[in-house]
Amino acid sequence: MTSHVTALHDTHAHDDHEHHDSGASVELGFWLYLMTDCILFASAFASYAVLVGNVNGGVGGHDIFELKFVLIETFALLFSSITYGFAMISGHKGNKAGLLGWLAVTFLFGATFIGMELHEFGALIAEGHGPDKSAFLSGFFALVGMHGLHVTAGLIWMAVMMLEVIKTGLTGRAMTRLNCLSMFWHFLDIVWICVFTVVYLKGAI
Amino acid sequence: MSHGHEHAASHGSVKSYLTGFVLSVILTVIPFWMVMNGGLNPHDTLLTIAGFAVVQILVHLKYFLHLNFSSEGRVNSLAFLFTALVIVLLVVLSVWIIFSADALMMP
Repeated sequence: MTSHVTALHDTHAHDDHEHHDSGASVELGFWLYLMTDCILFASAFASYAVLVGNVNGGVGGHDIFELKFVLIETFALLFSSITYGFAMISGHKGNKAGLLGWLAVTFLFGATFIGMELHEFGALIAEGHGPDKSAFLSGFFALVGMHGLHVTAGLIWMAVMMLEVIKTGLTGRAMTRLNCLSMFWHFLDIVWICVFTVVYLKGAI
Repeated sequence: MSHGHEHAASHGSVKSYLTGFVLSVILTVIPFWMVMNGGLNPHDTLLTIAGFAVVQILVHLKYFLHLNFSSEGRVNSLAFLFTALVIVLLVVLSVWIIFSADALMMP
């Protein structure tokens, strides 16, 4: 473990090669976890699709969705995807400052998204459209909230990785972890495409 | 040398990320614009936005997640294809069964 902490340039070729074997299997394992997470999200989408018509005499998607707001949320997440990509490009070049800078920008976009989502949820509950009002609202809060929890977990992971890179530098271990977070983060953006299409756009038609 | 090149390709370049980003912006703005303006009838609008979503997912898989069928990335892609099959079965059959049951049990 201590050999990883030594200066990157001395051991880069050797370290990178050695890390590649175990790093690749870690990344494959994480990818397989993401595939099971996909199935979890698919179940939530199926539940939502079944429940969406049951509004219990209350509001439907058409009444509560504000597409301009959702479009800004979508762009926050889309910008965070590309800035995470730039962070990884800096990381693979061994540019620690670049990696940390882009991760900070990514974190801000992700936090913007979560802040907007919490604002939306808070406003809905304040207006009396909480998850306990109808099957539609239960399904909506469960599905969108589950995605939001994943993004929050990604933000915490990102903050931890920034601290790790600041403390121990761009080790092979840190890069493997950042590659896993990269998959997680881009995967959440794909789930969001399904959310804004199936929930918000379909609901507002 | 070939190893280094392969490594760079599997993790993307500034150009590939920008390509993916521009395509995603286009594929996001058009369906939002369609629904906000409501030009088409609901059925056609729904089919079109579903089509845009599928294309955007493929764009993200290629440009952001770097899925490919090279010897290195084939396992990931096959795992994804299998998962996609499971998801289609899960979602489509669940919705089909529940709505059929609902329709058949109408008084």
